[in-house]
Amino acid sequence: MERHFDTSLRELKEQLVTMAGLVEKAIEEATQGLQSANVERFENVFDLEKKINQCHISVDSACLKLLALQQPLAADLRLIFAIIKINTDLERMGDQAVNIARNAEEYIKAAPLKPLVDLPIMFQEVRQMVGITLDSFVKNNEPLAREVLKRDDRVDALKNKIFKDVLEHLKTHSAQVEQGLTLILIARNLERIGDHATNIAEDVIFALKGEDVRHSTQVSTIKSALK
Amino acid sequence: MSIKSILEVKNLHAGFGTTEVVKGVSLSAQYHTVTAIIGPSGCGKSTFIRCLNRLHEETSGAFANGEVWLENTDIYAKNVDPVSIRRKVGMVFQKPNAFPSMSIFDNVVAGLRLAGVKRHSILKEIVEQSLISAALWHEVKDKLNAPGTSLSGGQQQRLCIARALAVEPTVLLMDEPTSALDPISTAKIEELMTELRKKVTIIIVTHNMQQAARISDQTAFFLSGELIEFGETSQVFTAPKMDQTERYITGRFG
Repeated sequence: MERHFDTSLRELKEQLVTMAGLVEKAIEEATQGLQSANVERFENVFDLEKKINQCHISVDSACLKLLALQQPLAADLRLIFAIIKINTDLERMGDQAVNIARNAEEYIKAAPLKPLVDLPIMFQEVRQMVGITLDSFVKNNEPLAREVLKRDDRVDALKNKIFKDVLEHLKTHSAQVEQGLTLILIARNLERIGDHATNIAEDVIFALKGEDVRHSTQVSTIKSALK
Repeated sequence: MSIKSILEVKNLHAGFGTTEVVKGVSLSAQYHTVTAIIGPSGCGKSTFIRCLNRLHEETSGAFANGEVWLENTDIYAKNVDPVSIRRKVGMVFQKPNAFPSMSIFDNVVAGLRLAGVKRHSILKEIVEQSLISAALWHEVKDKLNAPGTSLSGGQQQRLCIARALAVEPTVLLMDEPTSALDPISTAKIEELMTELRKKVTIIIVTHNMQQAARISDQTAFFLSGELIEFGETSQVFTAPKMDQTERYITGRFG
């Protein structure tokens, strides 16, 4: 027997998936804009972000309404709780796409520091991470969500490598400090997107299994310290 | 070290004639807690709590086997007087059942009088204390001689709670105590339960999931006479372990 509430939940999920699609597109446009030095694509990012913000508000309001009117429990409650948090993460991912676009705009105004090597790898890594995360949400697939958690370390490592390489380069090319800093900022923006994707994956696991996997290393450290 | 339970039920079977309604239930309640019992109609939850003060056996053809330990007494042991158990384990029913021929005052002390307490000064003191505990005193203190049935439904239910409290029970059983009440009276009774648990241990049967979630410390889910899940309320309502519990509390049953 399907409940009327199931229809509302499905509509809510669809709303969130639409928003996630806009976020993916914004990240795509920002990163492709930098790689192809195409300023027009940054304009697309700014337009997309406005739409993402509208979604942010309407998803929150739909969640609030369902909480008040349906008083959900158990898996229903966990799903809405997760959606509220995922909504925030998606909105921030949109902000980060804008940050990347702004930084990239600055970067391509001057001569490139050096050919981009690790950054395109990071672009791809983050885009994949975001894709898998959203897939895990749409398909209610816990193993996929866990896959995302493993990938976060790779993104962090790439960011650290870029930081190190840029710093190394700047030691001998001090005139390019601004360009170097912009690259570092972009790497940081990407890393943040990866962090938000990780948060979403954790929320997906919570919604599906009721298991809180956040800060798991920290929690186990605290537990062992208390023994 | 485990905390000692006030109530411990071990492998309780109960029913009527050849029909078994409660099928081997074991659970325990700690002092000063609220335990909610939820489950669809006919799952045996009312029969179960009626076994906890030996009220079930008053129905003709009823049977109950198993152990129900109230502190250090197995209430189904041979030498135990059911009346003494009912004094220790009070009960409030779905429909407020103020005694129609009695005043508010007499309703509260009905149990005490049966127990042989006669001195008016003592009765007066207990009436006041019980009505205060039932959060009804301020509404009725000037009309204690008015008929109990002159009160509103919500007030009558609190009168029944006062009557149950007057004999100083250690456990209070409540069988859907708010299902016939409006939201304001319901809220008052729920608020009251949170206060009462400082004095008594409460076992409540409710069909209202949100009520169980709001007021109880632990929740037991019954289905077809079996205890399917028993755990901390916060766990049962956020991440139930059993699929049947999940389906029931999210309304996906049937």
